[in-house]
Amino acid sequence: MLETIEGLIGVPAPLLFGQLLLGLINGAFYAMLSLGLAVIFGLLNIINFTHGAQFMMGAFVAWMLLAWAGLGYWWAMLLSPLIVGFSGIILEKVFISRLYKLDHLYGLLLTLGLGLIIEGVFRNEFGSSGLPYRIPAELSGAWDLGFMFMPIYRGWVVVAALFFCIATWLIIEKTRLGAYLRAATERAELVQAFGINVPRMITLTYGAGVALAAVAGVLAAPIYSVNPQMGSNLIIVVFAVVVIGGMGSILGSIVTGFGLGIVEGLTKVFWPEASATVIFVIMAIVLLARPAGLFGKA
Amino acid sequence: MSFTRRSVLATGAALGVAPLSRARAQANTIKIGVLNDMSGPYRDISGPYGVACTKQAVAEFGMQGFNVEVINADHQNKPDVGAGLARQWYDQGVDLILDVPTSSVGLAVSQVAKEKNKAYINTGSATSDLTGSACQATTVHWMYDTYMLAKSTGSAMVRAGGDSWFFLTADYAFGHALERDTAAFVRAAGGEVKGQVRYPFPSTTDFSSFLVQAQASRAKVIGMANAGADTINTIKQAAEFGITRRGTKLAALLMFLADVHALGLQTAQGLVLTESFYWDLNERTRAVTRRLLPHLNGAYPNMASIANYSATLHFLKAVKAMGVAAAKASGTELVNRMKAMPTDDDAFGAGSIRVDGRKLCPSYLFEVKSPAESKGPYDYYKLLGTTPAGEAFRPLNEGNCSLVRS
Repeated sequence: MLETIEGLIGVPAPLLFGQLLLGLINGAFYAMLSLGLAVIFGLLNIINFTHGAQFMMGAFVAWMLLAWAGLGYWWAMLLSPLIVGFSGIILEKVFISRLYKLDHLYGLLLTLGLGLIIEGVFRNEFGSSGLPYRIPAELSGAWDLGFMFMPIYRGWVVVAALFFCIATWLIIEKTRLGAYLRAATERAELVQAFGINVPRMITLTYGAGVALAAVAGVLAAPIYSVNPQMGSNLIIVVFAVVVIGGMGSILGSIVTGFGLGIVEGLTKVFWPEASATVIFVIMAIVLLARPAGLFGKA
Repeated sequence: MSFTRRSVLATGAALGVAPLSRARAQANTIKIGVLNDMSGPYRDISGPYGVACTKQAVAEFGMQGFNVEVINADHQNKPDVGAGLARQWYDQGVDLILDVPTSSVGLAVSQVAKEKNKAYINTGSATSDLTGSACQATTVHWMYDTYMLAKSTGSAMVRAGGDSWFFLTADYAFGHALERDTAAFVRAAGGEVKGQVRYPFPSTTDFSSFLVQAQASRAKVIGMANAGADTINTIKQAAEFGITRRGTKLAALLMFLADVHALGLQTAQGLVLTESFYWDLNERTRAVTRRLLPHLNGAYPNMASIANYSATLHFLKAVKAMGVAAAKASGTELVNRMKAMPTDDDAFGAGSIRVDGRKLCPSYLFEVKSPAESKGPYDYYKLLGTTPAGEAFRPLNEGNCSLVRS
């Protein structure tokens, strides 16, 4: 069968399987980041352009914990989302909460500006070439899968991303808290009338969305260079993922995140020059055919 | 206070003279504009450090009959921004534009300098076209170029047995030039190019896919025709995928001390790279580094940032030799004077500038030390070999530069 595949497309089958797997790993990052964006947009109606900077902060906090406090990767997995999530809560309280009554555009401008400022501060402090962060000893090494060499850490990234995606989906769709959240999205005043503190719930949701970005940042620290630009490179693609999946759709962002990772991975084999563009081509097609996105409600 | 006729007259006279004396001060001030990347991927290679090195050269040159002022701006790696700033600066009386990394911007500024007949010393771009098909009488290319990097690192890798290559190339002018020049050396040395992949620049962060393709080609060497954060990410991910552990060599075709620092020795050890400067090379390089360190905020100089120091010193010597008025009158004459004088400073030692604008200096092949071999801060390189100044760069008659009479 392998020979048939090779004969059909002119690429050796092992190489193709390898690329599918690598695409899935990149998709894990897209899914994690677009998930946080979808949660925030779903409830707050804010397009959070600070997300890339918060992803970067997650990685930097992991580095700081190691370099300044001697706390390793697993502590960073726990503490970095808490610290960055808390900074998100402050941001929401001080700035973003003032914009809910205004047009989307204001939230977009505010969060974009905040993102640029955060990036600038980190660049001033740490330079642009990045900081080293090593793969934890328990996860270093690799499996030989026959068709490719699979680093254990990348496997862990996929498992962790799947865990966080499914957990978030379950919380929102299957728990009482999730029901409140969804209700507040539809009719905030009514939910408040039942005695639920909606503003606090909104603040905590923003914090949780930001914490998800920080988790992705910690996961990324050992494989990508920990530098202030790391988020801005990724965030544009992630926005395309969110638009394709349908703004605010949790399931949509997870499925399209992984799916587009695979599509991008295949493009890297067949036409590498176009690999940065392919997601936007798909976005254009999806917007023409289904303006609300693949999983969005029109 | 009462106004007498005399005091009013005196004030009037003083007011009339003030602009004159300011104009005289302006006429006696040489202005150097450092144009580089202050906020993007190439910031740490020169950026604020390049500015500090320029100011150090001005301080060491001292007061020799004219004032020197250093200004600085960020070209954001965009040719249109860079050319616009250059035009504005030259019109406002800037006498020299310095640094200018990113080949596309470096070439655009060279054109502006020619139009305005002003001096331009590039220390940050890599394209060898600056002294080749695009050479100008007002341009000096002070540091590394793609030919010199390809010759030093490329040939050394082939000599060490790496006779089959696969290129991982940033898809823009610089990446293409570096791939072209290196492939020529690989083939000339009897090696073979098995393929290449051109990835989108600057939006690529994950290189694993390209690395796996490179490995599938069974080439012995993966040539990285890229720089900065891309190089760092490629090396990090190659280690992760066990590519280097299983015998495939990585050729870092353009890499700086700051990149090695960012990677950490654990990941970078064993890499072979080329620079024209290393702080621990000899007594003079250590001395100049000691003088610079207090101004560099903890970082160490590399060949790009310290080239600004060396170029500024030589430029100021030329201005002094021909006089400020003559230096301001014609950039071509000023650059001709620079070409006529031998260069000498602590960073690069004795050297010269060729008629096509190429500054000549030796290139050094280094290997990155292992963590055990490193004894102190930034103790990262051991010297593998030296290419003398006369052989390091493209021969004068092969560059197609119009300034060279055949």
